[in-house]
Amino acid sequence: MKITQVKGDFAQVKSGRLLRTVNIAMLAAVQPGDYVMVHAGFAIEKVDPIKAKATLKFLDHEIH
Amino acid sequence: MKYIDEFRNSRLIRRLFGKIKAESADQPVNIMEVCGTHTQSFRRFALSGLLPQNLRLISGPGCPVCVSQESFIDSAIELSRRKDTIILTFGDMLRIPGTKSTLEKESGNSADIRVVYSCWDALKVARANTSKRAVFLAVGFETTAPTVALTILQAAKEKIGNISFLCALKLIPPAMLYLLKDRRLNLSGFLCPGHVSTIIGAKAYLPIVNNYHIPCCVAGFEPLDILEGLLILLRDINAKRARITNEYRRAVRTNGNLKAQHLISSVFRKEGAVWRGLGLIPQSGLVIRKEYSRFDAAKIFSFKLQTPNSKLPTKCRCAEVLKGLILPPECRLFGGECTPDNPIGTCMVSSEGACNVYYRYR
Repeated sequence: MKITQVKGDFAQVKSGRLLRTVNIAMLAAVQPGDYVMVHAGFAIEKVDPIKAKATLKFLDHEIH
Repeated sequence: MKYIDEFRNSRLIRRLFGKIKAESADQPVNIMEVCGTHTQSFRRFALSGLLPQNLRLISGPGCPVCVSQESFIDSAIELSRRKDTIILTFGDMLRIPGTKSTLEKESGNSADIRVVYSCWDALKVARANTSKRAVFLAVGFETTAPTVALTILQAAKEKIGNISFLCALKLIPPAMLYLLKDRRLNLSGFLCPGHVSTIIGAKAYLPIVNNYHIPCCVAGFEPLDILEGLLILLRDINAKRARITNEYRRAVRTNGNLKAQHLISSVFRKEGAVWRGLGLIPQSGLVIRKEYSRFDAAKIFSFKLQTPNSKLPTKCRCAEVLKGLILPPECRLFGGECTPDNPIGTCMVSSEGACNVYYRYR
């Protein structure tokens, strides 16, 4: 889910039309625009855009 | 990038299927998907039917609700009958059978049982109902454990005196090691859970690779993630190579989420745990440390949770499904006497239970 606002240990996140407040105390540093994995109201990890692109690039290359 | 559409690219999916087919030999290959969400994704995206015949995907014990022991449900039911208690739980737990009843039935008998989305919500209920005791049913794996730990720490910080946690938190790697001792399974590889691995890290599967020489691949839950994971495993199996591969690098680090791991070890200690259908597995459960025992419902109400399971309902083969020894349709009750509307075994109750998933996506 995409972070839209950060306030202390909590953040507003968005996925499509779904808006939620999640606890971000488990993560080191997040900011608006970051994507996070959310489990039962808690952000458990920040999604790494560079590694996501690398996986897709690898896949595209791998299967050609 | 939105991290969903990109990993559902149909052109890449079709090509990956071709690669998997080319990599498949004639001999049977058994790969266990440990996580209930993987089981769900396989069926939801209709991937299973397109895989080569010799590649057998086996569901593992990775549905926390399915492996909750009867003594845990019985204790929760006993607590729910107290007039001064509010039970807070994830929705899937309501229909899991104890030895005589379910929380759903008790709810109809005037027990105050409330479904929450997050354990953090239990704090709000406790604050708003100071004349009552709030008890959260803490069920889950390594992904849920740090969320419960944070909630307990917050309760301690705020000195909330009317909240406690009935814990049945379990650990995945000890269960995987336990399953490998059963030679009937004849496993060739593990598709390791994505969210659990986010917390414990890809390196948590080293004992499996080192002691049993079986390849492990951590994978995400989108079709491309799953298929790439399978391709990696097939290549490792064919090359007789035992190693850990992390396909889910965008969310899983080698060492996992260290902050979350610290939270878990600060609040919980490891102990043997009884898994429904599997029995007692050493060091596979988390119990609340002495420092936080004022929040431990098992201590407060003197429950013994780790008692052996009684026999499963007659003819129900959930135990074999949870061990990966049979697929759900091999049970004679599947789809007839046992359906999601009228579940007999736990695997038919939860949306991540293997029987439930196989039924819904037949």
